Amino acid sequence: MSGHPTYQPQNAFMKWMEARLPIAGLIYSSFVVYPTPRNLNYWWTFGGILTFMLAVQLVTGIVLAMHYTPHVDHAFNSVEHIMRDVNYGWLLRYVHANGASMFFLAAYIHMFRGMYYGSYKEPREVLWILGVILLLLMIMTGFMGYVLPWGQMSFWAATVITNLFSAIPIFGDPIVTWLWGGYSVGNPTLNRFYSLHYLLPFVIVGVVVLHVWALHVVGQNNPAGIEPRQESDTVAFTPYATIKDGFFLTVFLILFAWFVFYVPNYLGHPDNYIPANPAVTPTHIVPEWYYLPFYAILRAVPNKLGGVALLGASIVILAFLPWLDTSKVRSARYRPRYRFFFWLFFAACVGLGWLGSKPAEGVYVYAARVLTTYYFAHFLVVLPLLGRYERTLPLPNSITDDVLKRGSAAAVIAFAVALAGLVGLSSPAAAAEADTPPKLRWSFAGPFGKFDRAQLQRGFKVYREVCQTCHGLALLSFRNLAQPGGPGFTTAQAQAVAGEYDVPGEPDDQGEVKERKGRLADRFPPPFKNDNQARARYNGVPPDLSVIIKARGYERGFPWFILDLFTGYQEHGADYMAALLTGYADPPAGTNAPPGTFYNKYFPGHFLAMPAPLSDNRITYDDDTKPTADQLARDVTAFLAWAAEPHMEARKRIGLQVMIFLIVFAGLLYFTKKKVWKSVEAH
Amino acid sequence: MSSTEHTRRDFLYIATASMGAVGAAAALVPLVAQMNPDASTIAAGAPIEVDLSPIAEGQVIKVFWRGKPIFINHRTKKQIEEAQNVNVATLPDPQPDSARVKPKRDQWQVLIGICTHLGCIPIAHQGPFNGYFCPCHGSVYDTSGRIRSGPAPTNLLLPPYEFVSDTRIRIG
Repeated sequence: MSGHPTYQPQNAFMKWMEARLPIAGLIYSSFVVYPTPRNLNYWWTFGGILTFMLAVQLVTGIVLAMHYTPHVDHAFNSVEHIMRDVNYGWLLRYVHANGASMFFLAAYIHMFRGMYYGSYKEPREVLWILGVILLLLMIMTGFMGYVLPWGQMSFWAATVITNLFSAIPIFGDPIVTWLWGGYSVGNPTLNRFYSLHYLLPFVIVGVVVLHVWALHVVGQNNPAGIEPRQESDTVAFTPYATIKDGFFLTVFLILFAWFVFYVPNYLGHPDNYIPANPAVTPTHIVPEWYYLPFYAILRAVPNKLGGVALLGASIVILAFLPWLDTSKVRSARYRPRYRFFFWLFFAACVGLGWLGSKPAEGVYVYAARVLTTYYFAHFLVVLPLLGRYERTLPLPNSITDDVLKRGSAAAVIAFAVALAGLVGLSSPAAAAEADTPPKLRWSFAGPFGKFDRAQLQRGFKVYREVCQTCHGLALLSFRNLAQPGGPGFTTAQAQAVAGEYDVPGEPDDQGEVKERKGRLADRFPPPFKNDNQARARYNGVPPDLSVIIKARGYERGFPWFILDLFTGYQEHGADYMAALLTGYADPPAGTNAPPGTFYNKYFPGHFLAMPAPLSDNRITYDDDTKPTADQLARDVTAFLAWAAEPHMEARKRIGLQVMIFLIVFAGLLYFTKKKVWKSVEAH
Repeated sequence: MSSTEHTRRDFLYIATASMGAVGAAAALVPLVAQMNPDASTIAAGAPIEVDLSPIAEGQVIKVFWRGKPIFINHRTKKQIEEAQNVNVATLPDPQPDSARVKPKRDQWQVLIGICTHLGCIPIAHQGPFNGYFCPCHGSVYDTSGRIRSGPAPTNLLLPPYEFVSDTRIRIG
């Protein structure tokens, strides 16, 4: 590459500065005049997208840390505090939680791109290995972040993943105890995970700097896989690459915003809205979608140490890719056989992801074994041999020749569709053999859905007159009843409701705690003092209902779970709740309900301790609505849906504004990009 | 390149850049807003009621409102007189005692117990005027909570409050 212009400071201050700390010159040479191959396609924008996502995660993470409490007794509630009380807290948390998924999505695309175009080959081995290290750091950071909300999935992920180390011979158990800081996952574990979750992103930043540095030493690979040879093979980073990156980043943000504003819990698991319970493991535990392929590899091996070793090897083997692939030709464009095996490998990864979401039983295990075998064979057998026997196609003379001969990429769309499918695979399999609840019509469903105020008020009445005897609403305050987007009570009405409850007051002069009337700032008092009292009274601990709608769900099955992603249908928890409340029946002939339990069609396992709570005319409504059991069930479910997500209306409203902004901005950037690139496209 | 094309291109660049700037600025809104008091903090800052009947003459009690210590001083006759018999013009922050209590409630002095210098909590019944003395940097207040000497710039602040009955006040 011929020398490009260096930075010439214009004014006296910049000259003075440049002689002492040439940072402006560094930025100029790295991000302005830095030559980038002119034939880069949109797959090359994911480096920039990843940098942006790292910044998003850092900024939202630092902000969330200002409100989060890393303590086993407070962590879950502090996350709900962020969702309910902190200004825009729901937005910050959903951006951070979905940001992790988007980060991994972008990282995987970035890696598959590197594999497809042979970006890891000489002289870019170190660049690639730094990328593998980044992936490892991301996996660790993501895992520890997932533990912090201290829900059921958090707790059991922490338990299962730390137990991986117990597979190590001799030292396994002491290592696990050391990781926990106790005899089980507990408060010390949560605290250290929080500390490390805050630390590791900065380590990632450091390795990203090395990654970019290495990139700028060896230069970018490109779809032709040949090095730039002449001036016309490259264009300046700014404006050409910057505007292209900016455009596609904005397109990527549209996808991101869709998740954040319309399906924020799509990629999560309802179980994580249940506070951590060390006594009960969720029936089907799966990691987040981005770990599923590795999880499938772990479970494919019927041996503890073997599974863990293979899981580790599946990542470590990536670091050896530059030497396992023996072909001198980089790009899959000129390697027809490799192209086939690349897509086979891609399919194996997606397949492993799907299997990771399925229960580890029967045919799934065998399929996982086949795909795991292929995963490793791809690296250890296919790639070394292909390089020797494959007949590659003739390479173009130069990047300029390559550009002028072919149009822009088209395989792109197939790849995108496949990846969307991969994202969609995250939903866990059905728990137990319960009936599927019917999909109901909810006023608050879909991108434009809103709560029906009258329905919420009726639902609140049902809660107070029926559910409240046994079920708490601990995360809700009386003031919430009057906040915008809720049941639409006036402040005076909410105050009156508060006054009907007794809450513990301040200790008086004699040190006695007397009950006082509730105030707006108070939370709904619990119906029982502690779990043991509840067990004695109700033969079980009635769950708190504050987030119950988000903590329940059911498997919608293929293809619905993919369609739900696009229609924004998130009301699985509401469907389940309404069905459960009216789903009581006589047990099928031949089955007997265990003492103190009742048969319900929709309850996983069918026998639950709660008797049918609702019946026709159980309560009277103040409006003309007929209080049938069905109606009561729907109304209280709608109320609880609001209680679980009190800022839903604000979320969808802001979402619409953000979507419109991003689409218009993406359009403007597209045309700007066309204008900028017009001058180089011709020659 | 014709001049109209020039203008059109410039317009596109300016529109794109300004839209980007608007987006970046809008993204700052939640990041800044989250630092402000959250809904639960605001709700917890609602007015409180205090029963004055157990407070003996000469006693100062502290209650908390919005995380601030509120001093309620049940003043003795002597303290009231001392507070009233001062040449207001000679004070650093001139204010008559009558402006610092509710009418006909001379005996009840309600103050925000935070030194106006740098926020320490003054000690009651201390200092040359037997009012309040701030141990941090030596500000001296009288029984009316007025600054008499030391670095504090103004008198102790008064919280918003009112009497709901003879023996109850509502602060806030």
